[in-house]
Amino acid sequence: MLNPDLKLNTKIFDADVEVKATRAGYGEGLLELGEKNPNVVALSADLTESTYAHLFAEKYPDRFFQCGVAEQNMAAIAAGLGVSGKIPFISSYATFSPGKNWETIRTTIIYNNSNVKIAGHHAGIMTGPDGATHQATEDLAITRSWPGITIFNPCDAIEAKKATIAAEEITGPVYLRFTRDKTPIITTTETPFEMGKIQTFWTAHNPLATIFATGYMLYYALLTAKELDEEGIKVLVANVSTIKPLDEKTILSYAKSTKAFVTVEDHQVMGGLGGAIAEFLAKTVPTPMEFVGLQNTFAESGSSKELIEKYEMGKDSIKEAVKKVIQRKP
Amino acid sequence: MPQELNEEKLKDLKLKANKIRQLIIEMLLEAGSGHSGGPLGMADIFTAFYFHILNHDPKNPNMENRDRLVLSNGHICPVLYATLALAGYFPLEELKTLRKINSRLQGHPHRTSLPGLETTSGPLGEGLSQAIGIALAGKMDKKSYFTYCLTSDGEHEEGNTWEAVMFAAKNKLNNLIQVIDRNYIQIDGRTEDIMPLDPLKKKYESFNWNAIEIDGNDIKSFIEAVEKAKSMLDKPTIIIAKTIPGKGVSFMENDYHWHGKPPNKEEAVQALNELKVQSEKLKVTV
Repeated sequence: MLNPDLKLNTKIFDADVEVKATRAGYGEGLLELGEKNPNVVALSADLTESTYAHLFAEKYPDRFFQCGVAEQNMAAIAAGLGVSGKIPFISSYATFSPGKNWETIRTTIIYNNSNVKIAGHHAGIMTGPDGATHQATEDLAITRSWPGITIFNPCDAIEAKKATIAAEEITGPVYLRFTRDKTPIITTTETPFEMGKIQTFWTAHNPLATIFATGYMLYYALLTAKELDEEGIKVLVANVSTIKPLDEKTILSYAKSTKAFVTVEDHQVMGGLGGAIAEFLAKTVPTPMEFVGLQNTFAESGSSKELIEKYEMGKDSIKEAVKKVIQRKP
Repeated sequence: MPQELNEEKLKDLKLKANKIRQLIIEMLLEAGSGHSGGPLGMADIFTAFYFHILNHDPKNPNMENRDRLVLSNGHICPVLYATLALAGYFPLEELKTLRKINSRLQGHPHRTSLPGLETTSGPLGEGLSQAIGIALAGKMDKKSYFTYCLTSDGEHEEGNTWEAVMFAAKNKLNNLIQVIDRNYIQIDGRTEDIMPLDPLKKKYESFNWNAIEIDGNDIKSFIEAVEKAKSMLDKPTIIIAKTIPGKGVSFMENDYHWHGKPPNKEEAVQALNELKVQSEKLKVTV
C-alpha cells in the first residue's frame, strides 16, 4: 500500500491524476530561491523558457545571464561566479549540459570546487519527438563518477521544486535532472524531502523484492506494485530521489530483508541507478538484480508513451523483471 | 599599487624578471617535466603584474577587493608559481616540489591547493569564461577590482574561447583585461602552420573588443598598455603581447620544441649561466 507516513498523493492511481512537468518545479524552485537569496543567479544557453528559467529571468533580470548557444562558456562563467560569492544555477538540455560541457564542468566546477548547480533538462527518452540526439540517456553515468557531486532525480514537479531549493543549501556542485512531459504528481507539499535518503513509497508485508525507481518512472513502478499486489506478489517500491550520495543504509536493509532488486530509470541500464546500486551490493550483500531502463541502445522520435512501451521500460516490463528476479533468488 | 615607474623601479622589475627566469629553470630541472617556452617568455609580464600593477597582498590572498589574475593557459604555471613565491605567497623553498606527490604546486594549477590561485586550469579555452564570471560578480557587487585573464594563442583554437569573447563584448565588461601570450608556438609547431590565427587584432576588434598590440618582453610598454586598458569604459580590452618563447635562454628562444619540455642538467646549467650574465649586466646599467 501507499506509505501513509509520507503523505503521498492519494489520487495517484486515478485515471485523471494531476500531471505537471518536473521542469516546471525547477522554475518555481528557482524563482523562490531568487526571493530567498540575493546571491542566487541563473544562466541559460538559449533554452530559457524550455527550462523554465524564464520565471527567474523575468523577475530578476540583473541576476540572469543569457549565454546564447554556448554551454561550455555558460558552465565556466558560472564557475567564476561560483567562486566569487554567487550561487549560479545553469540550465540546458542534459545532452548539452552536462553532455557537451562535461569536461568544462569537471575542471572548472567539480575539481575547482565552485558552488554551481547544474540543471539538466529533457532527460531520458521521455523527451520524445526531438529524437535521440536530444534524449539524455547517459547523463547519470557521466555525472555519477565525479567525486563530490550531489545528484537529484526528482519523481514529480513537487519534489523537483524541493530538490531545487535544497540544492542552494548544499555547499558545492549539484546536478539536478528534469524531464519534458507533464508527469503524474506522486507526492504532496507535505511529503518530506531529504537529501541522500531513499523513501519507501509502497510498503508490503513480507515483500519478495524491492523496486528502486528514480524520476517520473516511479509512477510506473507504483502501478506495477499495485497490480502485482492484486496478483498476490508483494513488493516494496522505493523512491531514489538522490542518486549520489546513495542511501546505502536503506539499500543494505532491503538487500537483507527482500533479497531481490529491480531498478527502474529512464536512462541506459549502464552506469545509472542500476549501476550505482549494483556497485554497492557487489561489495556488501550481493543480490540478484534486474535492470529496467534503456537496454544499451539509443531510442528514437516518438511520443514518450510509445517509446516507453517500445523500449520495454513500462509497467509490463517492470512486472516481468520483478517475476524474473524473484525466480533468481537462491 | 599604482606607483611611479621610474628608471630605478624599472631596473628592479627587470632584475626580478631575471630572477624568476632562474627560478623557473631550477624548478623544471628538479621536476623533470613541465613547460619551458611559455613560462620564460611570460616572465616579464608576470613581474609587471605582481610587482607593480596588481592591487594585492601576498599575506592576505583572499583580500576582498584584490585584483584577480586568472591564468587560463595553466601549463605555464611555473612562471606563476615562481612569481607568487618571490612575491611572498609561499616559501621559495617550496618551488622544488613542483609536480611531485603531496605538493601544493600541481602540474596544472588547482585553485584550492595553493594561495594566490583564482581558478583551476590546464584544459585550454576555459579561463576567459571563468574570468568573465569573476568580473561579472565584481560588476554586480559594484566592486572596483580588475580581472586580468592570461591566455595563450594556441588556446584561441578552442571554440570556448570565442564564446567567451562574444559574451564579454555583449556585456561590456570593461573591468576585464585579457593578455594573450602571442608567441606563435604550440605543441605541434608554429601557430600559423597548425591553425592560423592572424589577423588577431582585427578579429578581436570585429568582436567588439579594444585591442592593443605590444612587445610582451618590454615591461614598460606592457605597464603602459595596462594603464590604457584600465581607462577603457565601454569594452573589454585585449593586450596582444608578442613574446619570445624561451626568452633569456639562447637555445630555447623561438623554438617550439621547448614548449612542453624541461631542460636536462647540462641545459639547465647553461641556461642559468646565461641568465646570471644577463643579471650582472642589468645591475651595472644606470
